[in-house]
Amino acid sequence: MSGYSADTRVRWTEWLPWVVALAAFFALPEYLALGARILIYILFALSLDLILGYAGIITLGHSAFFGLGAYTAGILSTKLGINDPFLQLVAAAAAGALLGISTGAVILRTRALTLLMLTLAITAILLEVANKMSSLTGGADGLSGVQVNPLLGLFKFDLWGKTAFLYCLAVLFIAWFFVRRLIYSPFGAMLTGIRENTTRMHAVGAPVYWRLVLVYTISGTLAGIAGALLTQVNQFVGLNVLGFEPSGELLVMLILGGVGRLYGAFIGPALYLIAQDYLAKQFPEYWYFGIGTLLIVIVLFAPGGILGLLDRLKPWLPSSRPGSSARASAR
Amino acid sequence: MKLGIIAAVAAFAAVTGLGAPAAWAQTIKIGFITSYSGLNGNLGPYMERAVRLYIKLHQKELPPGVKIELITRDDTGPNPDKAKQLAQELIVREKVDLLAGVVFTPNALAIAPLATEAKVPFVIMNAGTAMITTRSPYIARTSFTLWQSSYPLGEWAARKFKRAYTLVSDYGPGHDAEVAFSMAFKKGGGTVVDSVRVPLQNPDWAAYMQRVKDARPDALMVFVPAGKTATAVMKTFEDLGLKSAGVKLIGPGDITTEEELPAMGDVALGVTTVFHWSLVGDRPANKAFVAAWKKEYGQNEIPNFLSVGSWDGTAMIFEAIKRQKGKLDPDKTMEIFRHWKFADSPRGPISIDPETRDIVQPEYLREVRKVNGQLANVELEVLSKAQKDPWKELNNKK
Amino acid sequence: MVLYVIAVGLSVTMGLMGFVNLAHGVFAMAGGFILSYAMARFAVPFAAGLLLAFVLVAAVSVVLERFLYAPLYAAGELAQVLFTIGLIFASVALARFVYGTASAPVFLPDHLTGQVRILGRDFPAYRVFLIVFSAALIAVLWFGVERTRWGAMVRAAVDNRAMAQSIGIDTRRLFTLTFALGSGLAGLGGALGADILPVHWGYPLEHLVYFLIVVAVGGLGSLRGPFVAALFIGIADTACKYWVPELGAFLVYAATIALLLWRPLGLFGVRA
Repeated sequence: MSGYSADTRVRWTEWLPWVVALAAFFALPEYLALGARILIYILFALSLDLILGYAGIITLGHSAFFGLGAYTAGILSTKLGINDPFLQLVAAAAAGALLGISTGAVILRTRALTLLMLTLAITAILLEVANKMSSLTGGADGLSGVQVNPLLGLFKFDLWGKTAFLYCLAVLFIAWFFVRRLIYSPFGAMLTGIRENTTRMHAVGAPVYWRLVLVYTISGTLAGIAGALLTQVNQFVGLNVLGFEPSGELLVMLILGGVGRLYGAFIGPALYLIAQDYLAKQFPEYWYFGIGTLLIVIVLFAPGGILGLLDRLKPWLPSSRPGSSARASAR
Repeated sequence: MKLGIIAAVAAFAAVTGLGAPAAWAQTIKIGFITSYSGLNGNLGPYMERAVRLYIKLHQKELPPGVKIELITRDDTGPNPDKAKQLAQELIVREKVDLLAGVVFTPNALAIAPLATEAKVPFVIMNAGTAMITTRSPYIARTSFTLWQSSYPLGEWAARKFKRAYTLVSDYGPGHDAEVAFSMAFKKGGGTVVDSVRVPLQNPDWAAYMQRVKDARPDALMVFVPAGKTATAVMKTFEDLGLKSAGVKLIGPGDITTEEELPAMGDVALGVTTVFHWSLVGDRPANKAFVAAWKKEYGQNEIPNFLSVGSWDGTAMIFEAIKRQKGKLDPDKTMEIFRHWKFADSPRGPISIDPETRDIVQPEYLREVRKVNGQLANVELEVLSKAQKDPWKELNNKK
Repeated sequence: MVLYVIAVGLSVTMGLMGFVNLAHGVFAMAGGFILSYAMARFAVPFAAGLLLAFVLVAAVSVVLERFLYAPLYAAGELAQVLFTIGLIFASVALARFVYGTASAPVFLPDHLTGQVRILGRDFPAYRVFLIVFSAALIAVLWFGVERTRWGAMVRAAVDNRAMAQSIGIDTRRLFTLTFALGSGLAGLGGALGADILPVHWGYPLEHLVYFLIVVAVGGLGSLRGPFVAALFIGIADTACKYWVPELGAFLVYAATIALLLWRPLGLFGVRA
């Protein structure tokens, strides 16, 4: 896992994801629906990485924020007739933040299994509520007929998914910028400190509890935005955005890429979703088996995920760039 | 049996590959979206097998030079965003002529706007919530709706019982079944003692059954997703002594599907259901269908109602292809769908309602009995020869 | 009550050994399949089938423990959570491949079906049997943990492994045995409950939350904790479904949250 680095300049490798995304937009116009989905999950994974990788909070209930954001955007459109995409995003962000701070303040006093259980229980309750309040949420049939006005009055969400892709890319970029600043700030340093050695942080006088609540809230906000994006892109919300499955799947994606590495959140979902798109077609019944085995293998042999593996390959590569800091830093 | 599918597909591919005439080989692409993996989604094979079997047996009926390419996709269960993404890609990337399949209602609803926007006919081969066909003028359904089975059930039940209790799973089809049954039952003069909706993820039915028992109804109407949930309900029904107390268990045919009956055991004997098809239905078309299935997939394999919906859906698509000589125009296709009639369905004569684009089919009253030592749904009488969807009728929906 | 027998095994592995084993449901599922298959194919009687479930699952778990679980004892919660999730995924896929999508039918012996009359009310006989069995089980286990040397050794090894080893306790073997016991109990629970909770390939995922609730609410490191929790949850759940069925499972989750906030270590948790 990475640590705090004083070097906040953006390394050239950090521009790669955006270059790849734009290249994909032009070179692979038929895959943009998948592309938008990947971008949304990258944002979702980013939000999870903040609390899991940097603050060390293990949660299986992150889908609660995702789902809440998704339904907020959907309900805003179908019940309140508010179809402006930005307003929907803002509302989803606010909902995510509200849930984050209200649940975080309460449950972050606990740790380990209890915390895990509570996060699960929260997303389970939200799932129940969404299921029951079908007049509001569409229940098990889902909420259809979500409308999103053309972006900036000009760009309609088209069949090819062009608008959706660029829209998600833009939102992701802003979020990434924000998260990066956060991680490289003293706040980020403190988070790493909390993760590595909580006792010492207490001894140093850091307000551990409130820092955790703050980062949990920020994470919830981002996840809520990701959920809203999903609704906007699909003009539909279903119950599958809540519960254990999306949380579990996200966890797998993040682990695959590498936790606490910032870019693990980029690589993981991309690899997972592309693999699923391709392999699940050929061998759908074996998908679970493959993922399960992969997870076991990663945990036993490559706990740092893909980025961790790449790290291990680094000594074999030609010499590193001048001026990079001595300690391994977030890539 | 998996080897069987691979072999069948390989053979099919070889035949079409080798046999296609050079000149103008026209390929009709069907984007088939169903559920293969995921917790709730593993009914895909029942549907895909039916489609492939029909294609295999009837492909000589296709106009010369025309062949069908079935492109399958896994939506992994009730995941509407995934289903939508898959449909989008099938339309944009593979440029399919038709969309088909879909087990779950939310997935169908998410795909509907795409069908309309891209003008791609969408044949629904399973999802059973009544309002789905109203969501797009390019949707035609060949499966069923819960109203079609539960409304006649209610009418019949009102003639035999005075007090009924309804217990359904809390989702679209469950609501449909409950409302349909209750409406018909009350119209017929019966009293619905209580209506309970149970969450889908419900491990233990004891408390609910106890409640039913204390209410002392004459009949208990149940609707739960076909499969293990139905088994759990049956067992609890017996465990808590409702069967011996004389309460009659009734419901739409989903609760006694043939592949689950062996797991239920004798507890299921005597359960009366209303449905559009049973494995042992005494019709030549049905016997031929089941025989062909067993021949292709193994003597121990049986089709279920999803297979029937898919089989008939494929027949409908074939009709559209034949009538347009392989050149499919979306609006013409929908016109053909609208007026389609099929006398040789395994369920009996069926047709599509031109106004609603939904299936019109016979509904049978059945009882679970032992036939040759095995449990089966024996058809007792035909409650309705050509049942339209009552919900749309009553609400004037198109 | 089925939850208890399965969950007590979980409390043994999670509580006594401190390992977050989410894949516990997999062992329960295996037990259920074994019972079903043995009774159907080999006409094994019910009681023998239960024993078989216990023994076979425990045996297989030893292999898993040696090669997969053991390296992770010191690895931290995240690694354990991830590993066991991976195990669940791989196992359900395997179960589906081997057994298909149908559920494993279990037919109880006649003397356990039907109803019994207790204090003037009818109760389902099998459920009464389960409650009695669970109570007996907890009594035996409690005795084993509190009063025997084995129990003392396990507790010592968990508290301070290095120290325990230094006084000659073979912690390696001890952990393996304890894990086997916990998993065997899971298998037994799955088999016992197969009539009420049908065993099928998605079983571990479907009931994961319930198992975790029972252990978290009951408290890690305790044997009676899960018993009381399962009892409490069972009663609350049943009562809620009977009186206010519209709420469904909502109450169970709300109660769990409330309980965990009031007692973060669970009702009887003893972890420092």
